[in-house]
Amino acid sequence: MKLELRRITKRFGALVANDHINLVVNSGEIHALLGENGAGKSTLMNVLYGLYTADEGDIVLDGVVHRFKGPGDAMAAGIGMVHQHFMLIPVFTVAENVVLGHEPTGILDTLDLDTARKLVREISDRFGFEIDPDALVEDLPVGAQQRVEIIKALARDAKVLVLDEPTAVLTPQETDELMGIMKGLAKAGTSIVFITHKLREVQAVADRITVIRLGAVVGEAKPTDSAATLATMMVGRAVDLSVTKKAPKRGEAGLSVAGLTVIGDRNNKVVDDVSFEVHAGEVLAIAGVQGNGQTELAEVLVGLRTPSAGSIHLGKMDITHSSVREVIDAGVGYIPEDRSKDGLVGDFTIAENFMINRSYGPPFAKGLTIDFANRERIAAELINAYDVRTPSQVTLAKKLSGGNQQKVVVARELSRELNLLIASQPTRGVDVGSIEFIHDRIIATREAGKPVVIISTELDEVTSLADRIAVMYRGRIVGIVDAKTSRETLGRMMAGATV
Amino acid sequence: MSDGTETPVVGRGAAVIREIMSGGAARALLSVVAGFVIGAIFMVFSSEEFLAAAQYLTSRPADALGAAWTAIAEGYSALFRGSIYNYTAASFEASIRPMTETLRFAGPLIASGLGVALAFRVGLFNIGASGQLLFGALWATWISTRVELPWGVHLVVAVLVAILGAAAYGAVVGFLKARTGAHEVIVTIMLNYIAAGILTFFFRTPELLREVDGGGTPKSDAPAESAQLPLLLGPEFTLHAGFILAIVGVVVYWWLMERSTIGFRFRMVGHNADAARTAGINVERTFVLAMAVSGAFVGLAAANQALGVRAGLTPDIDGTIGFDAITVALLGSSTAPGVLLAGLLFGAFKAGAPQMQVIGLSPEITGVVQGFIVLFIAAPPLVRAIFRLPPPQKTTVIADWWQKLTTKGDPK
Repeated sequence: MKLELRRITKRFGALVANDHINLVVNSGEIHALLGENGAGKSTLMNVLYGLYTADEGDIVLDGVVHRFKGPGDAMAAGIGMVHQHFMLIPVFTVAENVVLGHEPTGILDTLDLDTARKLVREISDRFGFEIDPDALVEDLPVGAQQRVEIIKALARDAKVLVLDEPTAVLTPQETDELMGIMKGLAKAGTSIVFITHKLREVQAVADRITVIRLGAVVGEAKPTDSAATLATMMVGRAVDLSVTKKAPKRGEAGLSVAGLTVIGDRNNKVVDDVSFEVHAGEVLAIAGVQGNGQTELAEVLVGLRTPSAGSIHLGKMDITHSSVREVIDAGVGYIPEDRSKDGLVGDFTIAENFMINRSYGPPFAKGLTIDFANRERIAAELINAYDVRTPSQVTLAKKLSGGNQQKVVVARELSRELNLLIASQPTRGVDVGSIEFIHDRIIATREAGKPVVIISTELDEVTSLADRIAVMYRGRIVGIVDAKTSRETLGRMMAGATV
Repeated sequence: MSDGTETPVVGRGAAVIREIMSGGAARALLSVVAGFVIGAIFMVFSSEEFLAAAQYLTSRPADALGAAWTAIAEGYSALFRGSIYNYTAASFEASIRPMTETLRFAGPLIASGLGVALAFRVGLFNIGASGQLLFGALWATWISTRVELPWGVHLVVAVLVAILGAAAYGAVVGFLKARTGAHEVIVTIMLNYIAAGILTFFFRTPELLREVDGGGTPKSDAPAESAQLPLLLGPEFTLHAGFILAIVGVVVYWWLMERSTIGFRFRMVGHNADAARTAGINVERTFVLAMAVSGAFVGLAAANQALGVRAGLTPDIDGTIGFDAITVALLGSSTAPGVLLAGLLFGAFKAGAPQMQVIGLSPEITGVVQGFIVLFIAAPPLVRAIFRLPPPQKTTVIADWWQKLTTKGDPK
């Protein structure tokens, strides 16, 4: 099916989120929609999926103009969407999830699961998905869950499939598999809109590329164009994608972790006998696919969880059983992976967010009262030094873009006297400009002679920042290797292979 | 360090509370207006003239309209005369007495409203103002009827004991929530029953607090004169120093929530307990402290009820204050000035209701108005629909817009 978006315009008040966007996706084509966070990709796709109504412009499928009043209309017209966050019910089986909302029924409206199973098996076999219709979704790995989402769309006869940032949660190998699937689907005639900001994937899989920035189409690009060209189109200026850093000047051990074990919420070992050292002036990156214990490791290091065994030493100080506040006071900066949940108070102003972990004494408090004058001065300095784009320091944190929110967190954590920095997914959901800035700041911390721990699922980030890389798999560290180790080796380690 | 097992102390309720609280002054005002309109409808339909005129509505609609207007005008003038200024009174004292009565009724509403409001700001639903009030009043009564202390000291001690008693009773709620994850709504409701039972038991038992030479009904002695809250405007008026306590409460509340670091941490936990925990705040301890301080404000109302009277107390001294406090906090958006104004409004309702009865209207109409006001406050989409207010902007849209604004023409 050929999809055409003609001069789609969507306004929110004075803001034009989509400004006369034209997009043509031919039948059987993989069309990448490339743009930064906030460029208007999601708005455009929500218009296509019937969640928003366009103010102007037409959606044309095979030459017929459609008006969608809701996702139901879009689905009926043959549009399927795989959201970034899966819309699956974990305690249901694959077959149940796939037919949810349009269940085949037998006599007296009983659920006809056999038909559902057959449907799943048929689609799964046709495209080599290897999905068991009777498996519970919660038992499936993330990559397989994503394939269930795709089956869900195909089961409703989707001719145009929209994939919204589909690789964010996948290992390099799973990403490769997904790309294989995308190619197979395209060959079978499905048109695919592939939304992403990752240049490598665009180059690998797309037939054509449309770049959008600030709500408008910047132009078309070819997958053969260089990454630098694509990045420049996407950001609107030349971008330096590499991180320059000096050779490491390793000092004494800043953080020593020995035999650390954490029992998780479901009574399993989420961190299993982990030992490593991070030296002053060194970046240790902890790589791994999401959900292999990295989150829990970060939380136990900063005192949010209690280890069941092992020890954590900051320099000579034992912080194994210290409270979060004691860890903060010991000079540990922490950038949590989920900034809106753990890093910021969205309904607080930027200035208030700068003081959330230092509300007990100077410089933000005088006795029991907030030192408003000091806070105002410090907030102004930090906003300036960390390039936070905001109308004022009393703007609520939730009103900032992801990148600017992250800069608020980074500013708060790095503006203290630090003995250790732990940064978990420091650039997740952050625009390219802010990524550069945050990376520079992290490297500056390293160059100032502090030990730095980066926890990231983005292999590019890991390899560009790290001096050494520890790969985590199922709560264990499968190996600690040099930063120059090949992607293939790292990918294998992320799937559990020891070096 | 928190233990590895996460206690589910932070519920979804906090988000709902935030949504309700975020309305601001405009919505509060509109809700009051809407509440008065509903009240007007009740007045119209309780007017016999209107109902008679409505019989021949089609032939002479002007009669019905006139009767309706008269009913509304008379009803609300009665409320005004009963709560603010009685322009028909013979003497100056009598004409301003309604205003002083409003203040007297408003005192405990404001104080207990502050307590509930503080809990709201920390993301907690304190339904237990009634229990905290009774428990504080119990110990204040003990001091005022069973302990002899010098003039001046006696009153201060009695007030402090009321505050501490209520605070301790509130702290129990926070402790149970922090320790066991018990939901504060359930705990506070149950503790209300327990407090009422304990108070009645004390008031019924001669060795404890039953009035000397009393009969079988649970009743205490009148507070000793040295422990009574003094009258503010002389014997002509019943307004006593309980209102001053409430005003002091408003000022303390404002300082605590807007200026102090304690209030900063309270608000942090209320807005985002996860981020607070990550920022080194002991969330569980904050719940205990917040519930204690919440109870302390209710304790001001307890002092008002236990020490503001000149006669013996009965176990129903909390009246409807415990629940009115919730409505005050909701209407006042949990801010100090908001709670003050909301307490005055609902105090005026209480003071004015008898005057409405005088002209033959049901005094319960004020209760209906009060209920509707809070209903409108608690149902933001409803008010938005009635007044055609724009829906709240989605954060992502603003973020998109801001992104666009700040990156456009960026020279960097």
